[in-house]
Amino acid sequence: MAEYVAHSHDEHKDADGHGPSFYIKIWAILLVLFAISVIGPEFGHRTVTLITAFGIALVKAYMVAVNFMHIKHERKYIPYIMFAMLGMVFLFYIAVSTDVQATSGTNWENAAAKAIIEENKDFEHHLEH
Amino acid sequence: MATTHAEHHDHHDHHEMSFWEKYIFPLDHKVIGMQYLFTGILMGVLGAFFSYVFRMQNAFPGIEVPLFGLVTSAQYNSLITNHGTIMIFWFAMPILVAAFGNYLIPLMIGADDMVFPKINRLSYQIFLLSVVVLIGSFFVHNGGFGGAWTAYPPLSAKAEYNLTPWGSILWLVAVVLEFVAFLLGGINFITTLMNSRAKGMKMMDIPIVCWMIVLASILFMASAGPLIAGAAMLLFDQTIGTGFFDPARGGDPILWQHLFWFFGHPEVYVVFLPAMGIVAEVITTFSRKKLFAYKVVLFTTFATGILSFFVWAHHQFIAGIDPRLANIFTVTTLLISIPIAEMLFVYIATLWGGSIELTSAMLFALGFLATFLVGGVTGIFLGASGADIYFHDTYFVLAHFHYTFVPIAVIAVFAGLYYWFPKMFGRFMDETLGKIHFWGTMVGFNGIFMPLFFTGAAGDHRRIFDFSNFPELAVSSLQHLRMVATISVIITILFQFVFFWNFIYSMFRGRKCTENNPWKANTLEWVAACPPPHGNFLVMPEVYRGPYEYSVPGRELDYWPQNEKV
Amino acid sequence: MGTTTPIATTRSVTGMPTGRLAVWWVIGSEIVIFGGLLMCYLMLRLKFPHWALNSSHTNTFAGGVNTFVLLTSSLSIVLAHYYAERKEELKAFGLIWATIFGGLCFLVIKGIEWTTEIQNGFTITSSLFWSFYYTAAGLHALHVIAGMCLMGWISIDVLQKKNMHRVELIGIYWHFVDLVWIFLFPLLYIAK
Repeated sequence: MAEYVAHSHDEHKDADGHGPSFYIKIWAILLVLFAISVIGPEFGHRTVTLITAFGIALVKAYMVAVNFMHIKHERKYIPYIMFAMLGMVFLFYIAVSTDVQATSGTNWENAAAKAIIEENKDFEHHLEH
Repeated sequence: MATTHAEHHDHHDHHEMSFWEKYIFPLDHKVIGMQYLFTGILMGVLGAFFSYVFRMQNAFPGIEVPLFGLVTSAQYNSLITNHGTIMIFWFAMPILVAAFGNYLIPLMIGADDMVFPKINRLSYQIFLLSVVVLIGSFFVHNGGFGGAWTAYPPLSAKAEYNLTPWGSILWLVAVVLEFVAFLLGGINFITTLMNSRAKGMKMMDIPIVCWMIVLASILFMASAGPLIAGAAMLLFDQTIGTGFFDPARGGDPILWQHLFWFFGHPEVYVVFLPAMGIVAEVITTFSRKKLFAYKVVLFTTFATGILSFFVWAHHQFIAGIDPRLANIFTVTTLLISIPIAEMLFVYIATLWGGSIELTSAMLFALGFLATFLVGGVTGIFLGASGADIYFHDTYFVLAHFHYTFVPIAVIAVFAGLYYWFPKMFGRFMDETLGKIHFWGTMVGFNGIFMPLFFTGAAGDHRRIFDFSNFPELAVSSLQHLRMVATISVIITILFQFVFFWNFIYSMFRGRKCTENNPWKANTLEWVAACPPPHGNFLVMPEVYRGPYEYSVPGRELDYWPQNEKV
Repeated sequence: MGTTTPIATTRSVTGMPTGRLAVWWVIGSEIVIFGGLLMCYLMLRLKFPHWALNSSHTNTFAGGVNTFVLLTSSLSIVLAHYYAERKEELKAFGLIWATIFGGLCFLVIKGIEWTTEIQNGFTITSSLFWSFYYTAAGLHALHVIAGMCLMGWISIDVLQKKNMHRVELIGIYWHFVDLVWIFLFPLLYIAK
């Protein structure tokens, strides 16, 4: 199973051709990304927050899945199954958000939700303090 | 058969297992399957008894029901709720998916057990715990939960509405435990089928019933997640007073309906697919013909599985969902009838020109096709959002889904039990009693639900304790139909005693099954002894062809077992 | 196990070890559980902009430290797998326990954080945001606890050089727990 590739370092590598130093490198990159995702939102700019917090979360997730979980070395259908499960989650979001996330639609409105939003409309004012 | 094989059994002959090891804490997939089967049957008896009680109240309001007594309105609600819950989660699922899955998958793919026997045992134990919790919920203060098996909030979330402060909590806990049990079991089924097939068994050599049970497990796994999260949310609403489903605090009761039906509709196919698989095995064996189009069945099953995730909101057409969504879901709902119809056509085409042998198993399989068809056709009315506005929550809906669920969970299960009984217990069931049971069940079942289509179309609303409070519905013509339905319930239940007598008597005294393959079938479970020992096969079989090679031209025998080299 | 392992478990038609195949299916089923909960949160979060006010009361520092702890524990379990594969059971054992220690740190920090929140009056019933905050993080914490228990159990076998492949299996699960936190952290703490 384990096919060791000849190399010049004295460090031994695992089945995927990685040694401890590789994993430490990935971990270091993850920490840098993590630092960016914390600092980014401090600017208070909505787009920057979205990109740094959620965009970087996606990058981190990709790095963990590929380098730590070795999903690339599994049979091809394993990532497909995982994506199908994620697809279920987004399907749920797409169909349900029109009812739950919206406060009004064709011939209906969610009066209770609108009242709550109205009640808290000056929240940004509080946020600054 | 005469092949040398590296895989030999040398481990299970070492010591005789005690009764305790063998039957109470077993690792053998067959015994675990039996445990699921018998627990499921007992819960089915309980669910059927509930239906008898509330049907009596429905047809003869205020009657002192024999074996129960006077039914109060709270009890009526609790009875219908738990009838629905038990029949789906504790009768249909454990028998169709868990019992048949556990028993058949390793045998039919030529393995000696499930890949994780201990997880398999744990799955049954969690399931048994869920049974105990559910039954316990009937005996707590104010009785069992009565907010319908769909458990819509706010009725299910607040004790001041449902009046069952403990019953509703225990009900929810029982359902979640049952889900965990089936997730564990499902992972086992999927992994076993993927990784442990006999040498030579390719994807297209797997018997349809194994495919169906595993695809059902995948559907369950992909759909149950949001509801498990939703159940945690509902549990917190019930117990510590969070407001996940309380609009006044920003929550949304529609969210629960989506969470529930996102699971609830694929769930219909979770029980439908194994039933369809059982019927495929039975009709090919008893019409001595190759399954008309194996790949078509398989790919339509994939299509059904995928489409089943796009139809759930048709349960909520009048719940106040966005009308744009209702349009989409009408289309997808009508679309899903195409693969189902295709499967029925394939099965009918399999029968065409075959030498049909009308055994009890075959009769039940044919009965499944005929009655499920009625359920499917009436579904078209309800899938159209316009017609559904009128039909919603009437007895028409009830009759429709009983015409799907009863063929699935009762008739197909009987087909499977009559068919695999010799393998399970090494004896035959009595065919004459089997046929009496078949006709009694079919006539009785149609007698229950045919009249309910008419009362439903006339406006009978579901979950009504006493129709005499509704003058326009309390007319004698409708009341007579209700009585016909109720009397048919009693007749159907009485005919099940024929089955139970036949089942128990045959288990110990029935005609002995002297050969391994009494029905002359092709699949691998018939290679093993009747009943198979622990470890199933003396020599692990190898597979050389598909499972449905019946009446192959130029061959002397009209069957060709999968494991025979020539 | 040993003598009771069925032939079925040792087969590998797909070419993947049975255990690893099953772990991926476990993760598949977990994706929909966490995904369902987070999508419910996301819908209501986008519906009510004022939840930003609530999330500004979360302790970003504690959440950040916990992210660091989990990322580091992911490193230690992947290294444990590396040494388990090379049959260096003592190093693997030590790294597994380092991971368990990481999980413990995570729970301790979480405990301190929750205690402070509750003392400040933000309980699970205070508002819907806090309901989601405690439910999602609680569900995640349950997975952390389950992972720690399994690791402790596996580490005993590792010392005897038995079932070494299970280090990889628990590793995949632990990385998934880490992944869930990678998304929980911005959703609950950072987005304002």
